[in-house]
Amino acid sequence: MTTKIKDYADQLAAAEATRIGIAPLSEMDDKLTVNDAYSIQLENIHRKLEQGHKIVGKKIGLTSLAMQTLLGVNEPDYGHLLDCMVVENGGRVSIEKTLQPKVEAEIAFVLKKDLQGPNVTTLDVLQATEYIVPALEIVDSRITDWKIKLTDTVADNASSGFYVLGGKPTKIEDIDLELIGMVFSKNGEVVNTGVGAAALGNPASCVAWLANRLSDFDISLKAGEVILSGALSAAIEAKKGDFFTARFAHLGQVSVQF
Amino acid sequence: MSTKIYKNIADYLVAAEVEKREVLKVTAELKPDLTVEEAYLVQQELVRTKLEEGRRIVGPKMGLTSKAKMKQMGVEEPIYGYVFDYMLIHNGGKVPFHDLIHPKVEAEIVFLIGEDIEGPGITGAQVLAKTQAVLPALEIIDSRYENFNFTLPDVVADNASTSRVVFGTTLKSPEQFELDLVGATLSINGEIKDLGAGAAVLGHPANAIAMLANMLAKKGEKIRKGDVILSGALTGAVMLNVGDYVSGKFDGLGEVTFTVIE
Repeated sequence: MTTKIKDYADQLAAAEATRIGIAPLSEMDDKLTVNDAYSIQLENIHRKLEQGHKIVGKKIGLTSLAMQTLLGVNEPDYGHLLDCMVVENGGRVSIEKTLQPKVEAEIAFVLKKDLQGPNVTTLDVLQATEYIVPALEIVDSRITDWKIKLTDTVADNASSGFYVLGGKPTKIEDIDLELIGMVFSKNGEVVNTGVGAAALGNPASCVAWLANRLSDFDISLKAGEVILSGALSAAIEAKKGDFFTARFAHLGQVSVQF
Repeated sequence: MSTKIYKNIADYLVAAEVEKREVLKVTAELKPDLTVEEAYLVQQELVRTKLEEGRRIVGPKMGLTSKAKMKQMGVEEPIYGYVFDYMLIHNGGKVPFHDLIHPKVEAEIVFLIGEDIEGPGITGAQVLAKTQAVLPALEIIDSRYENFNFTLPDVVADNASTSRVVFGTTLKSPEQFELDLVGATLSINGEIKDLGAGAAVLGHPANAIAMLANMLAKKGEKIRKGDVILSGALTGAVMLNVGDYVSGKFDGLGEVTFTVIE
C-alpha cells in the first residue's frame, strides 16, 4: 500500500463522513491509473469491513454509451455494495446522509452459483442467475459537483450511495432482458423511460463483464450476492421530499423517498 | 379565397414530396401568420388531393407525443397526420432512399381500432377497450422542410412529416400487455441507436389515441372501426442512410425490419 493510495482513500472517507466534497483526484494527480483507483476503493472497503460492515454485492456503473462517451471510456466500472447501503422498498433516505444524490433505475441480479472469470459469457450469467428484481440505486459522489473522470468514480466506490430492491423476485426464463421496459417517475411525473438494452445491450452482459473484470483482482461473484447491473436511464437529481418510483415490465415496481 | 390559399400551400408541399426536394417552411415566406387551425385546413387540402389521386387512407398517426418534443415545440397537445396506402413498406422490405428527402426512423406501437371512438372526454382505458389489436411499427418520417426546420403550424400542414411505415406482421390482443412498460430498441446495422418504453408516449400509448379522439371531436370527426393508428414514437428519430439495415424490437410484440437501398 503506497502512501498515495492511503492518502486519497483518507480524503474520500473524510468527504463521506463530513459530507463535504473534495476536488477530483484526477486533477490532483494526473498519473493516477484505473488500477490505482480500484486500490483506493478497496482500501476504503477494507476499512468499512473492519468497522463491522459486510459486503452484500456489487454494482456496475458506466454501462450506458452516453456515460461512457461523457467520461471518454469504453468499459464500465464497478463498486461494492455494503449492508449499510440497503434501503427497504418504499423506504426513506435521509438527505443529510448524502452529498449530491441522484437516482437511477436498474435490474438487480441475485446469483445461485458463483461466477469466476475470466471467460464468463452472458449465457453463463443467465444460467447462474437465481432471479432478477427491480432496483433503484441512489448514486452519490464525494467529488464536488460530480466533476468525475473514470479514476475519480472508481476510487469513490463507483459513486455508490444506497440501493433499494423492490418488485418481485422473477426467474429469467421467458423474459427478454434486452426488452424489459421501465418507466421512471419523480413525484408522480414520468421523468424518463428505459429498456434493458440500455445497459451495454443486455444487463446480463454487464454481469459477465463484471465477473471477468473481477478476475483481474482474483475476486469471484458469489451466490446470493446482489448485483446492480447498470442504469436503464439517465440519473435524476434528488432533493428533500422527492419520491421516486420505477415500474418495470414483468418485475413490478420499486420506490424510495428522500 | 380562403380555401384557395390553403390549397396552394398544400400543392406546394405535395410538389416537394413528389419531387423529393426540401422546401422553405411555409411560415418563412408563403404565409408567415399561418395558425395551427389553418395548418389543419392545409393538411385537409393535402389529404383531399391524395384521395382525388386515388390514394387510400390507412389511418391517422400521432406526432409530437414525447415530452421532449412537446417542450421543444412549446406545445401542450400532440399533432396528427394521415398514413396512406402508398406509404406502406412490407416488414423486411426495402425503402429506396431516392424516393425520400432526408428520412429518419422511429419505433412505434400501432393500434388497430375495433369500434368507433368518439370524443370528447375519451381516456386511454376506453381506447384499450375498443382496440382490437396492437402491433409494432417503424415509421419513417421525412419532413418536406429544409433541415427539418419548422414551426408547429408548418409540421401540421406537412401531414406531420409522414412518409413511410413498416408494420409488424403479428397482431396481439392489447389485454396481454401493459403497453406503457413495453420496451423497444431501434438498431441500425446491428448497433442499438435508441431505445424507450411505451410510457415515452404521453405516459401510455393509449393516451395518444384518446387525445386524437378528443381532437377529432372538435371537428365533429371520430376514430373509426378499422383505423390503423400510429400512436407516437417510443424512441428518438434516427437518421437513415443508404445500406442501413433497420430493426425495431418490441417486448412481446415482435420485430420489424427494413433495408434502405439506393
